[in-house]
Amino acid sequence: MSPPVLSVRNLRVEFPTRRGTLVAVDDVSFDIGPGEVLGVVGESGAGKSMTGTAVIGLLEPPGRIASGEVWLQGERIDRLPPEKMRRVRGRRIGMVFQDPLTSLNPLYQIGEQLIETIRTHTDASPAVARKRAIGLLEAAGIQGAARRIDSYPHEFSGGMRQRVVIALALAAEPDLIIADEPTTALDVSIQAQIIDLLKTLCRDRGAAIMLITHDMGVIAETADRVAVMYAGRIAEIGPVRDVVQRPQHPYTKGLMGSIPTLEMGGTRLTQIPGSMPRLTAIPTGCAFNPRCNAAFDRCRVERPDPMQTGTGAVACWLAARAADEADPANQMHPTRMAP
Amino acid sequence: MLAYSIRRIFEALIVMITVAALAFVLFRFVGDPVNQLVGQDATLAERNLIRQQLGLDDPMPVQFGRFLWKAAHFDFGMSYQVKQPVTAVFASRFPATFELALTAALFATLIGIPMGVYTGIHRDSWVSKVFLTISLIGISLPTFLIGILLIWVFSTLLGWLPSFGRGEVVDLGIWKTGFLTRDGWAHLVLPAITLGLFQLTLITRLVRSQMLEVLRADYIKFARARGLSDRAINFGHALKNTLIPVITVIGLQVGAIIAFALITEFVFQWPGMGLLFLQSVQNADIPVMSAYLFLVAFLFVAINFIVDLLYVWVDPRIRILGTST
Repeated sequence: MSPPVLSVRNLRVEFPTRRGTLVAVDDVSFDIGPGEVLGVVGESGAGKSMTGTAVIGLLEPPGRIASGEVWLQGERIDRLPPEKMRRVRGRRIGMVFQDPLTSLNPLYQIGEQLIETIRTHTDASPAVARKRAIGLLEAAGIQGAARRIDSYPHEFSGGMRQRVVIALALAAEPDLIIADEPTTALDVSIQAQIIDLLKTLCRDRGAAIMLITHDMGVIAETADRVAVMYAGRIAEIGPVRDVVQRPQHPYTKGLMGSIPTLEMGGTRLTQIPGSMPRLTAIPTGCAFNPRCNAAFDRCRVERPDPMQTGTGAVACWLAARAADEADPANQMHPTRMAP
Repeated sequence: MLAYSIRRIFEALIVMITVAALAFVLFRFVGDPVNQLVGQDATLAERNLIRQQLGLDDPMPVQFGRFLWKAAHFDFGMSYQVKQPVTAVFASRFPATFELALTAALFATLIGIPMGVYTGIHRDSWVSKVFLTISLIGISLPTFLIGILLIWVFSTLLGWLPSFGRGEVVDLGIWKTGFLTRDGWAHLVLPAITLGLFQLTLITRLVRSQMLEVLRADYIKFARARGLSDRAINFGHALKNTLIPVITVIGLQVGAIIAFALITEFVFQWPGMGLLFLQSVQNADIPVMSAYLFLVAFLFVAINFIVDLLYVWVDPRIRILGTST
């Protein structure tokens, strides 16, 4: 297997506040291979966006990376000086945000914003940059790009604007795109198109995608692998088919049970009782234990780390116990995920 | 764009007619103007003759119409005090006020905007705190006190700058300017600072609060994610988005600077329109007062019109609004 594009190791993001330090992302590790789509899924506040923001180095103070490492193609980027990190952004990591209506500066034509981005990262002349910008817009599915390039953002619909945003994120041909809820603000009818576009453009350019969403459906259709986050930690990570069809973590099972399918008929959707804990009140032991119907003593005391389970990893004592019972000789201990 | 301009001009006309009505009523309020024109022992016949000559016995709407017609031609009658046409009196005083106001406005804008941007970006630096403290002083001290303090320090104690008048001016025919002589500039410094300080602090605080707001916007975050330089983000993307309210306030303030330069002009005995107005109030010189009212209103309306056009230039979204409605 080729070396990963992005490798996040034991990432911890903290927010020092007057009433103590809040841990928004705790001991998160994952890899994304070249051209791979990693879906990151979880409820609001699970730390998905925070992880993406930390990777691209845009945490708002006082938020900071307290420990852990972020490697981009073999280079460590979480300790880069600001000016070097600025050149990584856009050039090597692109980012797409949730709301296309507010992502574009309303006072500049989209062409100006594209050309600005291209010229920041390459030494293309204005004419060359403009030609490249038109090409990008065409690739992003904007009809009549040569004419539309001089339009202002407000002259586009929401879906079209998200196409422009994607073109902007890809303007300097980054190796990794972090897409933070790229379709949440869009019409359902357009969501599939945008996801499709994002995936096609990245595949053509060999870019990897970190797709952050709370929509399991989007993940199931798009991602190669999926990481399920809960209360700042990864609950379960693995190939998308395994996680969707044979979820191991009770939280993942709950998530899957809450998706309506056509076959279900009149049966009620399962729901997970309670809500995700606030960062100020994360329970001891497994953060999910108060909501888990299979929790036992160990879950309330000891915090599980992700444990290898064949194709993926799961942070759950149930899985560890099951593995122990199946093969008591080969006792499974919490291990760091294999890089 | 044309429809937008025409609508704005139409609105401006309504404002001007309203102000003209107020200026016209001013004459009625201070009693019979004939009393001020004739001697104490004039007979009733003489009074009626004058009343007839001046058209004061015509019905009110006719008189108002005549007033409007003359005002539109910048004819405000004779000053009671100096026995000259009001327009000529103003023409001789206008350059002084204009030059003072222009200098004050430039001083406030050219220093206020960078200070606002700086304090917006470096929220917590000690330089920002110093700027904000100074601006607090500027906003809370009354203009006349600032003027007197400046005179006391720079004229009386240090003796660096003159304390009153315009100094040496160059006559360019219809315009006497103080911009062309060293002495003229020296006389301009203190009044311009006095007049501009309040606007300076206002602009600083406005730009700062707008910057803080805009820097939180999604498109700024996205611009950072695109790897743009801080300079491009702060000045290209953020500052431009703060300009709409800033232009509004600067526009209104330019009007205010010209209209309310009276206090500064009084403190520094600056021979401008403000001083003229104060003198005319003391002498109940109604034509001068009503012309001043009219002129100030005209300035505000004209500046607002220019500001409206500037909006369109800054924000493309207003172009659409203007043409579609």
